Amino acid sequence: MIFEGLAEKLQNTFSKLKSKGKLNEQDVTAAMREVKMALLEADVNFKVVKDFIGRVKERAVGDEVLESLTPGQHVIKIVKDELTRLMGETQSKINFSNKPPTIIMMAGLQGAGKTTTCGKLAKLLKKQGKRPLLVACDVYRPAAISQLEIVGEQVEVPVFSMGDQEKPITIARESIVHAEKNGNDVVIIDTAGRLHIDSDLMNELKEIDEQLHPHEKLLVLDSMTGQDAVNVAKEFNETIEINGVILTKLDGDTRGGAALSIRAVTDKPIKFVGMGEKLDELEAFHPDRMASRILGMGDMLSLIEKAESSFDQKKAKEMEEKLRTQQFTFEDFLEQLEQIRNMGPIGDMLNMLPGVPSKQMKNLNVDEKELNHIQAIIQSMTRDERTNPSIINGSRRKRIAAGSGTSVQQVNKLIKQFEQTRKMMKQFSGSGMDKLKKKGGKFNMPFFG
Amino acid sequence: MLKNLFKQKEEENPEESENARDDEKVTTRQDGEEKPEEAVSLGGLFGRLKEGLTKTKKGITDRVDDLVKSYTKIDEELFEELEEILITADLGVNTTMEIIDQLRDRVKENKATDPKEVKGLLKELLTEALEEVANPTLDLETTPSIIMVVGVNGVGKTTSIGKIAHKLKGEGKKVLLAAGDTFRAGAIEQLKIWGERSGIDVISHQEGSDPAAVIYDAIQAAKSRKVDVLICDTAGRLHNKKNLMNELGKVFKIVRRECEGLSQESLLVLDATTGQNAIQQAKIFKEVTNISGLVLTKLDGTAKGGIVISVSKELKVPVKLIGVGEKLEDLQSFEPKIFVDALFD
Ligand SMILES: Nc1nc2c(ncn2[C@@H]2O[C@H](COP(=O)(O)OP(=O)(O)O)[C@@H](O)[C@H]2O)c(=O)[nH]1
Ligand SMILES: Nc1nc2c(ncn2[C@@H]2O[C@H](COP(=O)(O)OP(=O)(O)O)[C@@H](O)[C@H]2O)c(=O)[nH]1
Ligand SMILES: [Mg+2]
Ligand SMILES: [Mg+2]
Repeated sequence: MIFEGLAEKLQNTFSKLKSKGKLNEQDVTAAMREVKMALLEADVNFKVVKDFIGRVKERAVGDEVLESLTPGQHVIKIVKDELTRLMGETQSKINFSNKPPTIIMMAGLQGAGKTTTCGKLAKLLKKQGKRPLLVACDVYRPAAISQLEIVGEQVEVPVFSMGDQEKPITIARESIVHAEKNGNDVVIIDTAGRLHIDSDLMNELKEIDEQLHPHEKLLVLDSMTGQDAVNVAKEFNETIEINGVILTKLDGDTRGGAALSIRAVTDKPIKFVGMGEKLDELEAFHPDRMASRILGMGDMLSLIEKAESSFDQKKAKEMEEKLRTQQFTFEDFLEQLEQIRNMGPIGDMLNMLPGVPSKQMKNLNVDEKELNHIQAIIQSMTRDERTNPSIINGSRRKRIAAGSGTSVQQVNKLIKQFEQTRKMMKQFSGSGMDKLKKKGGKFNMPFFG
Repeated sequence: MLKNLFKQKEEENPEESENARDDEKVTTRQDGEEKPEEAVSLGGLFGRLKEGLTKTKKGITDRVDDLVKSYTKIDEELFEELEEILITADLGVNTTMEIIDQLRDRVKENKATDPKEVKGLLKELLTEALEEVANPTLDLETTPSIIMVVGVNGVGKTTSIGKIAHKLKGEGKKVLLAAGDTFRAGAIEQLKIWGERSGIDVISHQEGSDPAAVIYDAIQAAKSRKVDVLICDTAGRLHNKKNLMNELGKVFKIVRRECEGLSQESLLVLDATTGQNAIQQAKIFKEVTNISGLVLTKLDGTAKGGIVISVSKELKVPVKLIGVGEKLEDLQSFEPKIFVDALFD
């Protein structure tokens, strides 16, 4: 079942109710039921939902909602405000010790993304002028140490390890000595994944905590986590009193209700979010965006930011120049296409737009298959053919069709469209391009839109 | 429509809803007693008081037992609390609604008058949902056979491969592994260590190389070395990453071409801690790789993995294996009955 979006559902609920006249408390209860559903579908913990609904309902009843002409939107606003408030302020910063080195310790369940996040954080801090040291304290998972070493190499940050025979507390303690000697002002300790009910391993963390007093203890949590998130967060927080949370894998399509659950049980800030496997994909946490995401209300801001980060401004300028002088080739086109597709499925992107009803979305029908074909066709061209499409004769077209699993007609169509677009593009001089760009927003590519 | 959890206390049509509720009330045999109503409320009160005091450290079984004891009548509140248990086990709102609806029917059909029976009936329903698609065996008829292992990041693919390989080797099979995760730092070495642990060879290329090429080589090696089972690791990928799913599609194209006529399994690994997103994962991985079974990992934690009930119902893909730890032998065949019992632990 496709989730239709809370806004739409609430609107429906209220339009039904409104025909009866003035809204009353029961109507608000009905609306709250939809909110409840949405939150549970988003994986917010059951008990957290109950509490939350109680609070929101209190605010909604006796409020102007009852008189409001657009009660659906009014309720949404209350819900979203309350949710954003619960999410806390944006606090995407690390507490540095005024007596370096600052010690940061990552902790969490298996596979949550600790090691990757250590690398991301090291990269970020390095960019801010720090001299971080990564410390390999996962002595259990096979190849965990070399994973961290490779990550360290990728972000050009040294890695301290003592193999997998020493105790984590020993490695951690030695790493501080090493950091002091080598002028590293931040130490980032990677620990093994552990279950919150594994008392031996939880004690191991406690030992590091009690002996080294890390300045930042961060719980790394997978954003796809379900109802169990409360247990995990609670146990980790009770054992080592965390300073904050890093929510990983938010580049997926999970609604991420775990974010609300962990806030509710720990009251600790979510500091950063992981937005991909690459080591520069760590971002600040935005409570308001997370609130919209959990409610399935679309997230305009994220979309815009995503578009901006996907489109390299300098490259865009180059592309523009090429278009104007008719030097735009299939090679360039492929690059552009890939950039756009890197942002995720087109349909998903459109889904992120608020206020676009799902019914209309279905009619829009962005054909991913068609894009696959286009990509395959261009990929099957030789370099020469891509830069100089005029050499693509009949036999070459046949070869390209066979290579890309498409038909000669499809290849013909693409080449024709490409030539036409190229001609058309040439007609836009500088100012014309600007206008076109405004009209088409960020997506000013041939064949598109 | 949600009947209980999201029950509207004040219905639009009071008479109708009263009747509906009466319908669902199944009175117990104890009704013959003098003052059943009072017994109900007292039991309920004390029961819940007790529950409140001991809640934190208790498993769901105890809670269900308490619950059942505290009712002498099967009423709405009982259904409501059972719903809570299912939701908390990550079955999701939709599946929970369906199951509870079926439970109501079954309670009537069976003329169940003892609230204790309700738990049994619920377990029965859940077990049936899983058994409907159950198939614990792997199809490894031919030599070689091939098992592809896929899933999102960090769910336990590589670890599960280490365990499955160990298990198959223990059954006397000659096993070969393919290091198809050429992306994640250290992934190849990780698989090699698992291979070493059970004395199993691993075919690998360099980090960053084309995964399709490794798998291709491994298939040829499996054929020429007369290996019984080839198990291929793949890089974790989120199902909404089109380009990564296309890459996986390409790998599978090669597998289908090179392994025509051979037994093929495609196992999707799901992490028991995962919530509703697992459904989306399963849907899209099924489209791209035609998965034949699920491996549910990390069941040694407190997460129940109830999401596989929704996945089984919706996609008709059986759970084949479960992971219960990080050691070689921490792999078990999936058994619906045991799994369902554990949901209530
Ligand atoms: N898509 C995505 N993958 C991530 C993110 N963070 C980590 N991963 C992946 O998740 C998997 C587990 O990460 P790892 O750092 O080894 O987790 P650890 O076991 O907690 O150390 C790897 O495949 C990572 O590439 C993220 O923000 N987005
Ligand atoms: N507790 C527990 N941990 C597991 C289980 N299966 C895998 N893991 C751990 O989960 C983490 C990720 O596993 P890995 O096999 O690398 O995942 P992959 O990225 O999907 O290949 C590792 O720390 C494993 O030790 C399991 O059944 N139980
Ligand atoms: Mg790690
Ligand atoms: Mg792996």
